[in-house]
Amino acid sequence: MILKFDDIGKALVVKMSGELDHHSSEIVRIKIDNKIEELGAKNLIFDFAEVNFMDSSGIGVVIGRYKKIIQYGGKVVVIGLSPKIKKVFEIAGLFKIIDEYDDLSKAVSSI
Amino acid sequence: MFENEMKLEFPSKSENESFARVVVAAFAAQLDPTIEEIADVKTAVSEAVTNSIIHGYEGEVGVITIECKIEGKKLTVVVSDEGKGIEDIELAMQPLYTSRPELERSGMGFTVMETFMDSLKVESTPNIGTRVTMVKEFKSI
Repeated sequence: MILKFDDIGKALVVKMSGELDHHSSEIVRIKIDNKIEELGAKNLIFDFAEVNFMDSSGIGVVIGRYKKIIQYGGKVVVIGLSPKIKKVFEIAGLFKIIDEYDDLSKAVSSI
Repeated sequence: MFENEMKLEFPSKSENESFARVVVAAFAAQLDPTIEEIADVKTAVSEAVTNSIIHGYEGEVGVITIECKIEGKKLTVVVSDEGKGIEDIELAMQPLYTSRPELERSGMGFTVMETFMDSLKVESTPNIGTRVTMVKEFKSI
């Protein structure tokens, strides 16, 4: 799993590429949390466009970051969900707490 | 009726989660599945293998066995370990239940397996091991 961070001021954009499973999730979680702290990021945008596999370990990663971000009144949104990843989000009921947008500009204006 | 089978054994290292799901997907490919069907199988296998690694062996290295069988259009996948087993299967299968909240687990593993496959059976004996049997009938022609 490769992570690219983009600090766009309003939010930290986390672009992930590869497979998000139990094996990769541990390092992903540490890297994202370190970046949130380093930048003092208030809001978080997850870009899943290049994630070609995700199981329930990914749900844990998203919910864990959500809990962290809302502590300071921030927002977590997602973009780039493929149908198969969307299915995992739906089963977990993630859309009750996290909004999905078609692209980055719509995600940014929602924040 | 067309029949085929395979058996795979590997150590319970998290690096093998990806290996295991790709092997099962490759075996299932002979049924000409749709992209969605193959994604469902990969996700369910990943959940079962992850459970054996985290809960069955609790980070220690043991052996995980996957047996797959094709009968006509039906794929049966059995994932088994000789780990610590599950005390209360009914509780473990409840959505959002996790015995390891400190690991940021979502508690959705069995729910994902149930949703993505046609059927799921969990058999477990404490200190003997766990055996998860999943079946999916492929709709594609």
